[in-house]
Amino acid sequence: MFESLSNNLQAVFQRLRGRGRLTEADVDEAMREIRRALLAADVNVKVVREFVDRVRARAVGQDVLKSLTPGQQVVKIVYEELTELMGGSQARIRMAPKPPTVVMLVGLQGAGKTTTAAKLALAFRQQNHRPLLVAADVYRPAAVDQLKVLGGQIDVPVFSLDGASAVEIAEAGLRDAERRGADLVIVDTAGRLHIDEALMAELESMKKVVEPQEILLVVDAMTGQDAVHVAETFHQRLEVTGVILTKLDGDARGGAALTVRAATGCPIKFVGMGEKIEPLEPFHPERMASRILGMGDVLSLIERA
Amino acid sequence: MGLFDRFRKGLEKSRAAMADRLLSVFRGRKLDDSVFDEMEETLILSDVGVDTAAELVEAIRREARKRRIERAEDLPDVMVDVMADFLGSQSEMAENPDGPTVVLVVGVNGAGKTTTIGKLAHAYKSQGKRVILAAADTFRAAAIEQLMVWGERVGVDVVRHAQGSDPAAVVYDAIQAAKARRCDLVICDTAGRLQNKAHLMNELAKIRKVAERELPGAPHEVLLVIDGTTGQNGLVQARVFKEVVQVTGIVVTKLDGTAKGGIVFPIVREEGIPVKWIGLGEGMDDLQPFDPRMFAEAICRPETRV
Ligand SMILES: Nc1nc2c(ncn2[C@@H]2O[C@H](COP(=O)(O)OP(=O)(O)OP(=O)(O)O)[C@@H](O)[C@H]2O)c(=O)[nH]1
Ligand SMILES: Nc1nc2c(ncn2[C@@H]2O[C@H](COP(=O)(O)OP(=O)(O)OP(=O)(O)O)[C@@H](O)[C@H]2O)c(=O)[nH]1
Ligand SMILES: [Mg+2]
Ligand SMILES: [Mg+2]
Repeated sequence: MFESLSNNLQAVFQRLRGRGRLTEADVDEAMREIRRALLAADVNVKVVREFVDRVRARAVGQDVLKSLTPGQQVVKIVYEELTELMGGSQARIRMAPKPPTVVMLVGLQGAGKTTTAAKLALAFRQQNHRPLLVAADVYRPAAVDQLKVLGGQIDVPVFSLDGASAVEIAEAGLRDAERRGADLVIVDTAGRLHIDEALMAELESMKKVVEPQEILLVVDAMTGQDAVHVAETFHQRLEVTGVILTKLDGDARGGAALTVRAATGCPIKFVGMGEKIEPLEPFHPERMASRILGMGDVLSLIERA
Repeated sequence: MGLFDRFRKGLEKSRAAMADRLLSVFRGRKLDDSVFDEMEETLILSDVGVDTAAELVEAIRREARKRRIERAEDLPDVMVDVMADFLGSQSEMAENPDGPTVVLVVGVNGAGKTTTIGKLAHAYKSQGKRVILAAADTFRAAAIEQLMVWGERVGVDVVRHAQGSDPAAVVYDAIQAAKARRCDLVICDTAGRLQNKAHLMNELAKIRKVAERELPGAPHEVLLVIDGTTGQNGLVQARVFKEVVQVTGIVVTKLDGTAKGGIVFPIVREEGIPVKWIGLGEGMDDLQPFDPRMFAEAICRPETRV
């Protein structure tokens, strides 16, 4: 469905070359192709603008204009910049000096929080930790059942409390973890809109009470332009420490990864690759960069550049 | 609250942001290229997509010229007309006059299928219709329980089997039950699935086939639920689901947030599937029939007066 960015760039440069020497203005036409590709991948318009400026500066500064393969040169720069922007610290959960470590999962409705909570718990259980899942979604029908079923599948205990508020459940869950000797508490929260004042305040109170080491924002890889509002608002109110990108087993290009990274500055720590409860996978910035560009073979392409 | 009031209230927030932007973009300006460039960017920010945004802007530009518009302030009127026109007319739900109407609800994971079914059941029940739900998501943890909570909430029966059983068999049973109990409507929940998973899409085709066999003409509606925050992948969803189960209508959910749901423009343009409902919240009343004009207005009118 998407034409290859590199073919388009190549075409642009070939056409220009017919007129003689390439100029800086010619690079602008290439930049328009890059803009198109990033927008088709759902990178936010504003993020695209900043990104393209950055790439242009590098492209003009380097020998792209004199290069025999300017198309590949530009792709190489784009790829490197994307990879660098999405890179950063490792896929690790910051552990508390004195257990239990507390992790809160937050995000929009249906993003994949509950599933991700179970995947995270499984990963830790397999590393001989003793996780506890806390069911603090008191709104969605059968949310607690869902977490209990998943906990049962992976043999991780699930704490729940009927009739209590989400903040009370989180607090009681923490005490329960101490009692059981669990060293990691994963709090599943209800999906909410970033503009829902009451529910965002609820998360702020929860944060105050459980003092989490990590607040992970769970983002659906199919998210479009609005990812920027969502990420900014959650980050402003909660100081998110990391991002988890879900549903990457689909065929969305996943430009939201770049948007969310740019909007929060937080690393993307893990990715969700399926509905089944399997351990979360680490995030690979290079793979994500190729995916956003719609090219499986960026590396081989660049080697030829 | 009237239907249009509810619609407007739900879209107010997103409109406020969009309206601010459009007003500041247009106020006191001449109609030059930069105005149209910014209009195009605004549309892209609503997830309309690069190509469709360009096409819309071209159409708006043509129409503005035809109407001899000179001030940018007057553009939103033109935008609303062109965009509403683009979306086509309001589209009704199909009905089976000789027995139960079967509605199959499909979509990717977490889009809002089960919630939409709860809302639909409530809407039809309020019209005095007899509704039965089929819990044919036998895969996701507690999906059956979730639908049962909705069934209780709205007061309709739910046909269910055990978790892990064959979803097509649930649909079969539900249609049988609907015929026996003289129900007007059977709404079938299905497990969320990503359109690139061939085996899951085959399973969906099979579910459809069982419904066809059980009741000629069924399913009368196949609703594809699309999360309103979805970007360009929404178009791929529409294309593949349409191919596999012949989607007859789109439901766009979660428009109570700040996302605009602009992906429906390329879907309508390229797949020709009408949008039938929009979701504006998690409660049972938060579903509205799609009105193209209202939708376009909510996206581009600078002021809240209508
Ligand atoms: N294919 C795929 N599906 C996923 C992934 N993560 C979650 N899902 C599915 O997405 C849907 C929503 O996941 P949940 O974990 O219930 O999402 P949530 O954020 O807890 O939802 P709410 O609690 O309603 O806000 C379910 O059908 C999950 O099975 C993933 O990485 N890949
Ligand atoms: N704000 C808002 N939330 C919604 C809307 N529709 C559904 N939701 C929420 O989105 C989440 C997912 O909804 P579900 O109905 O479970 O979605 P689904 O498509 O059935 O999900 P799976 O069966 O897991 O694929 C839930 O938390 C719902 O409450 C809507 O219109 N607005
Ligand atoms: Mg959940
Ligand atoms: Mg469901």
